Amino acid sequence: MLDQNAFDMRKYISRNPQSVAVWIALFVLIVFGLLRYDNFGSAYNITSFLNYNAMFIAISVGMCFVILTGGIDLSVGSVAAFTSVVAAYLSPYGIEVAMPLAILSGVGFGLFNAVCIVFGRIPPFIATLATMLGAKGGSLVISGAQTIAVDWGSNFTHLGMEKAMGIVPWTIVLVGILIIGLWIVLEMTSLGRTILAVGGGEDASVMMGLKVNRAKIFAYALSGGCAGLAGVFLASGFGAGQPLEGVGWELSAIASVVVGGTLLTGGLGSIPATVAGALLLGLVFNILNFENGKGWISFSAYWQMVIRGAFLFAVILFQTRVMYRRPNVEFAK
Amino acid sequence: MAPLLTMTGIKKHFGGVPALRDASLEIEPGEVHALIGQNGAGKSTLIKILTGLYRRDEGEVEFAGAPSHLSSPRGAQSAGIATIYQELNLVPLRSVSENVVMGQEPKSFGFMINWPEAHRRTREILSRFGIEIDVTAPLGSYSTAIQQLVAIARAVSMDAKLVIMDEPTSSLDSSEVEILFGVVRELKSSGVSVLYVSHFLDELFQICDRVTIMRDGKTVGCREIADTTKLDLIAAMLGRNADEIEAEGLTELAGGSAAFDEVVLDVDHVATGPRLSEFSMSLHRGEIVGLGGLLGSGRTEAARSIFGLDPLTSGTLRLNGREFKPAEPSEAIRARIAFLTEDRKAEGIVPDMSVRENLTLALLPSLRRNGQIDREREKELVSEFIRKLGIKTSHMDQPIRELSGGNQQKVLLARWLATKPDILILDEPTRGVDVGAKREIQAIIRTFVDEGHAVILISSEFEELVEGANRIVVMHEGKSVSELTNPGITENALVRALAHHEDATP
Ligand SMILES: Nc1ncnc2c1ncn2[C@@H]1O[C@H](COP(=O)(O)OP(=O)(O)OP(=O)(O)O)[C@@H](O)[C@H]1O
Ligand SMILES: [Mg+2]
Repeated sequence: MLDQNAFDMRKYISRNPQSVAVWIALFVLIVFGLLRYDNFGSAYNITSFLNYNAMFIAISVGMCFVILTGGIDLSVGSVAAFTSVVAAYLSPYGIEVAMPLAILSGVGFGLFNAVCIVFGRIPPFIATLATMLGAKGGSLVISGAQTIAVDWGSNFTHLGMEKAMGIVPWTIVLVGILIIGLWIVLEMTSLGRTILAVGGGEDASVMMGLKVNRAKIFAYALSGGCAGLAGVFLASGFGAGQPLEGVGWELSAIASVVVGGTLLTGGLGSIPATVAGALLLGLVFNILNFENGKGWISFSAYWQMVIRGAFLFAVILFQTRVMYRRPNVEFAK
Repeated sequence: MAPLLTMTGIKKHFGGVPALRDASLEIEPGEVHALIGQNGAGKSTLIKILTGLYRRDEGEVEFAGAPSHLSSPRGAQSAGIATIYQELNLVPLRSVSENVVMGQEPKSFGFMINWPEAHRRTREILSRFGIEIDVTAPLGSYSTAIQQLVAIARAVSMDAKLVIMDEPTSSLDSSEVEILFGVVRELKSSGVSVLYVSHFLDELFQICDRVTIMRDGKTVGCREIADTTKLDLIAAMLGRNADEIEAEGLTELAGGSAAFDEVVLDVDHVATGPRLSEFSMSLHRGEIVGLGGLLGSGRTEAARSIFGLDPLTSGTLRLNGREFKPAEPSEAIRARIAFLTEDRKAEGIVPDMSVRENLTLALLPSLRRNGQIDREREKELVSEFIRKLGIKTSHMDQPIRELSGGNQQKVLLARWLATKPDILILDEPTRGVDVGAKREIQAIIRTFVDEGHAVILISSEFEELVEGANRIVVMHEGKSVSELTNPGITENALVRALAHHEDATP
């Protein structure tokens, strides 16, 4: 059953004023791109854009769950690099074997984080920082610091190229299923609501008798699994396991979550807005590439990062300006 | 009949400091049982041991005929114990519905939460308390009283054998207390037991069957409510002789009626929005002005307007004769106005800081000497207040979150008293404070105004207003509508004034 108000636009805005900014910004960028660049709206640009950004979306939605519990997961970038190597090694056995096992290895890292945080009572920042370093080292060890080429003969590389029903690449289908699944989990299951409650007040959640530990363990395991999936996308999209990739991905993911209006302290946030945040971040680069293609001015990769930072800043500024509101209380006589 | 709950010989230490030395408690099925004691006596600790939030060092607990070893509130809930903890323990960011149904949400297909059903159920439960609100709005957007009622509604809806209420009425006004009593009586008649903790002894005589008294971590008595008196209970709580206490006259405190001539604050037709549309009053040096009114009458909003928390949309404030337009609290603080808010958890204490740090937080600038904090003076000041207000803390560097609820409140009050403001606004200053301490606090507030300061007092307890205030401004639906002055300040007069306006605007 759906929350009655989930699709009431005005209510959505008044309940989630902080996620309005990201939708407006996304809309503005898309309109700008469509008007200014000829091929911006082409099927080719859209699919390759989504194909490339699928891995960032995956880790962002995983990160969103962790942040909603009031935690943080710094290990996602390294874990994705690690699992890309795992996936590359397993690629000869085909996608059916390589993908689940790579995701499982990601879940393993996530569970390790969860155990440290929930039972070891180590602050999430520290625990996942340690895992970040460990996974980084681990991927260098198992790969000998070399990129590991995937087996081109197997169906592993088809993930990004072959299309479901001849229309949409499998990568995009998978990430779409992930988004919808997680959206449902967050909005409509006890587990999701417990995650929100834990972030809104952990002590209170314990006193309310909620399964707090289970919620936290799920969030970290999920984040690890999403990083694992991102690793699979990385290996299949680039044809190799990349032990050196993933640097700074955790920060991009956090940025996507935050521009999406999710509170960094947890308890309030949304999956669609997080996806919008991830798309927005990717779109800035996409548009700058088109701009460079026009040949008027050329932004170096470094300047692109500066511009993306400035853009993020502007969105967040707008977001915090529209955020605060004190709803009315009505009294029954 | 066998008792529903027996706790015997319960002991609990926190880092070597005993909180419970030998506590016991026995509750019959279908009984409303009161638990009383001074601030820090160990009432909340005993409850938390029962619900598994704390582990006991020693002692036996038997619930529903079997030895009980609950290790988490979750377990307690499924065993049939529903609890409203003293500190509101809900999640303000989440919706009212979520706060009520979480833990036993209605489902469809076995895993999806049935939201329409959850909202409906929440509305239904709340309507028993006479509340009709938007249940999809975040809980935190409602007043403390509503939040309190939601917490109660949650517990009552859980189909428990025992409902524990730790100071449920501390932020309710008299009409809401009546509603709560109705619900308690309903629970009782359907065979549910209620454990009721309160500092309002009068309430006990209305709804309780028996009362257990605690002092310094020990259970010192258990009586039939019919065989006891208020005085007797106070004597038992304090561990003193009833005659002695009677001689001190613990029950009355005369509000002076001297002439006040120097106006410090003049509020002229101030409005800040729909909830405060026309507020006028004057405040004189040496005076305590009470704001009387029911929930939602705009008392807190009135205080917020003076403290610069809500910008004025019309009207003027004059401070010592000059126009005063605080755009934010820091301006009000600079103009020597202080505000003790009603929401101690969200706006008041810094839980992990010590008692000392919490007490001197607002004072730091004045404690600085040569760029450093004058430790000696700070300590002196803190121990002075700990003594004056009888704050029960093992030492001044104990984190404030470890103090009992009433004692946290005293620290907050001390924080603002210590800044020696010209105007002190107190929103429910004695909430959760025991009878003895309440009187001490009232006396301290009196001395404070006698030194030439002025106080605006908000309280949903009529008795406190009537006893404490020199004048009462009556508020109704965002407007100041009338004034009571001495010698016309009586509880009856106040009730009549409020009722009058209620009737006038149906
Ligand atoms: N977590 C804790 N750590 C250390 N000391 C604690 C802790 N919890 C309670 N105490 C101490 O135990 C004693 C009893 O506290 P408790 O909260 O049970 O009192 P109370 O009877 O509920 O008082 P009140 O009427 O003020 O709510 C107090 O002295 C308090 O400082
Ligand atoms: Mg208590």
